Amino acid sequence: MSVKTTEVEGIEPNVVHPPRPALSEDEVRAAVQAAVARRGGATSDPVHMREELIPILSEVNQALGYLPPEAFVEVGKQLRLPVSQLFSVASFYQMLSTRPRGRHVVQFCESAPCHVVGGRQVWTALQEALKLGPGETSPDGKWTLQTTSCIGICAVGPVVVVDADIYGNVTPAQVTEILAKYQ
Amino acid sequence: MKAVRSLVLVSNDPDSMALGAQEVYRRIQEEVKAFGLQDEVAVTLAADVGRHDVAPMVMVYPEAVVYGPVKPDDARTLVEEHLYKGRVAPGLMAPAREMTGRIAWLSARKGTLPAEQRIVLERAGIIDPDDIEDYIAHEGYAALGKALTEMKPVDVIEEITRAGLRGRGGAGFPTGAKLKMVDRERNPKKYVICNADESEPGTFKDRLILEGDPHSIIEAMALAAYAVGADEGFVYVRGEYALAQTRLKKAIAQAKEMGFLGQDIFGSGFNFDLHIHSGAGAYVCGEETALIESIEGKRGEPRPRPPYPTQVGLWGKPTLVNNVETLANLPPIIRNGAAWFKQFGTPNSAGTKVYTILGNVNMTGLIEVPMGITLREVISIYAKGMRDGRAFKLAQTGGSSGSIIPAVLQDTPMDFDSYAKAGVSLGSGALLICNEDTCVVDLAKVLMNFFKSESCGRCGPCRIGTGRAWQILDGISQGVGKLSDLNDLETLANGLNQFSNCGLGQTAAVPIRDMLRYFRAEVEAHIKLKVCPAGACAMSGKVRGA
Repeated sequence: MSVKTTEVEGIEPNVVHPPRPALSEDEVRAAVQAAVARRGGATSDPVHMREELIPILSEVNQALGYLPPEAFVEVGKQLRLPVSQLFSVASFYQMLSTRPRGRHVVQFCESAPCHVVGGRQVWTALQEALKLGPGETSPDGKWTLQTTSCIGICAVGPVVVVDADIYGNVTPAQVTEILAKYQ
Repeated sequence: MKAVRSLVLVSNDPDSMALGAQEVYRRIQEEVKAFGLQDEVAVTLAADVGRHDVAPMVMVYPEAVVYGPVKPDDARTLVEEHLYKGRVAPGLMAPAREMTGRIAWLSARKGTLPAEQRIVLERAGIIDPDDIEDYIAHEGYAALGKALTEMKPVDVIEEITRAGLRGRGGAGFPTGAKLKMVDRERNPKKYVICNADESEPGTFKDRLILEGDPHSIIEAMALAAYAVGADEGFVYVRGEYALAQTRLKKAIAQAKEMGFLGQDIFGSGFNFDLHIHSGAGAYVCGEETALIESIEGKRGEPRPRPPYPTQVGLWGKPTLVNNVETLANLPPIIRNGAAWFKQFGTPNSAGTKVYTILGNVNMTGLIEVPMGITLREVISIYAKGMRDGRAFKLAQTGGSSGSIIPAVLQDTPMDFDSYAKAGVSLGSGALLICNEDTCVVDLAKVLMNFFKSESCGRCGPCRIGTGRAWQILDGISQGVGKLSDLNDLETLANGLNQFSNCGLGQTAAVPIRDMLRYFRAEVEAHIKLKVCPAGACAMSGKVRGA
């Protein structure tokens, strides 16, 4: 492992953040405005705007890879919501990230159905191949390794997800082969 | 729909995709062109029919021959033999397995196994989910038409009540009663919500319904809205289900265009508008009040109840929240009547249940069978026995919050009442079947880890209780447990159950309770003898973080 994890429950592992992607304020603003426009545009209807908040944050997250602080400021301006509330919402959901992640995000399902059919061995193999612990990002910014709760593809467990690609019936021996597909 | 000689369906669920279905689909299209058959043969993607043992699967109609597992290199043989020469491609056919309902006539599957009965999955895998005309051709929107033109809203509720349908999300609440509760609210604005935030580990039935037959949910929600007097609905689909969302979006657009959604549906004066709301990754949002908070753009933290959503729901309005599988039962009941529905299942649990079969068995996948079959039947018949001839030790039902059922209870009929009597829960229908290599402490630890990370953290009993329970289990699995830990676990389990605000915390300790009730000796072996009888725990004598 590149970084020693503290492994104390409840304390986040000691993550090395990759250099923040060079996103100019204009890029962030454009991404937010595009997302707001796709979700029906900014209106004066507070009910509608609140309903669209999570979809808008998801779209920005997808476009930029994570939600930088500037994005919260811009979303707040557009939807007339305080930044604190936006951060409160964003930090709750697993698919919204407030920190930069690697170019490729590797997710391993740690729920029981994958666990009983050999998941633990696959998880060990993943950590060794990437030299990362759970929640860590590699110093070169290429990989982020995460565990995830069940994603509903249990009939072919153990399941590994790299970015949007799903791999089923994974064996420890296949791990390096799968990772080699990503540049 | 263009008339074609043959229709080729390639399974397109994530399981099949993970095993290369996209490439199979592409290669079949190429081969069809190469043989000059593109005007006679249609190739489409469809959801699967629960045959995970043969994914990626290819079905050819009208002969209904099932091929699988199909590899990309099989595409040429398949197209040349079946579509060009007109004979079944040798060696590629899927092994036979009986299915009934709409696909009972499938020639490959006669008389080998007891019947599955498909109601909610009647069309999944049989029709093109992206084509509303295919849905209509299979009795789609007939129930909505019947309800809007021949029945009053109260008749719809009456029919559902008489059918004895109970919620399939886990709790088994009578659906007719819930409809009545929303119906009697005097509020001009009401909502209906479809709970498709299926996150219970091991459960993927709702995904298959949404991916394979999205229009059935649209029709069901319109029916429910008509019954309770709502004019707006949301389908809350978990963020991870991208394909289900795409399919549903397309289906809603088609339904709007055809006039099954929108203003004055079927000329009856009934208006109904439907939206999709995507989740963003939070198990707790499957709890109905957390789900409502999430649609309102907030953190998905459950509300205290009462008031229940049927009175004060989305934006403070009366709201009907139902699970996908529950809703999918509505159109068949309205179409065929309550008496027809009651012939399936047991007297107090009518209809069918979709189960997902997982774990150390020969065949994993999904079945829809009448309520009341037993675990033994599921394992020996549908799962084709335990893998590698190992012994059946325990089943974990209904996702993380379900029960751990020991082998001695495997003859209990699986219906709401029999399970309640036996003190176990049916839950969402996931059946995780484990062999003797599974350590019950290790399993409970994995389950508790799930709750620890998915607890929303708002109420103390759940946030602290799940974390503490995990620590104790971790200690036991490392060989540093004490006998007093067992008392502590029991106290924690009671505390979680009694003091947690929502269902997540209240059921989080169910696996611990079952572990201590049925497998106490095994747990004590970890503590007294420092031995893990199943050989799964490390027993290193070290605690993580110490």
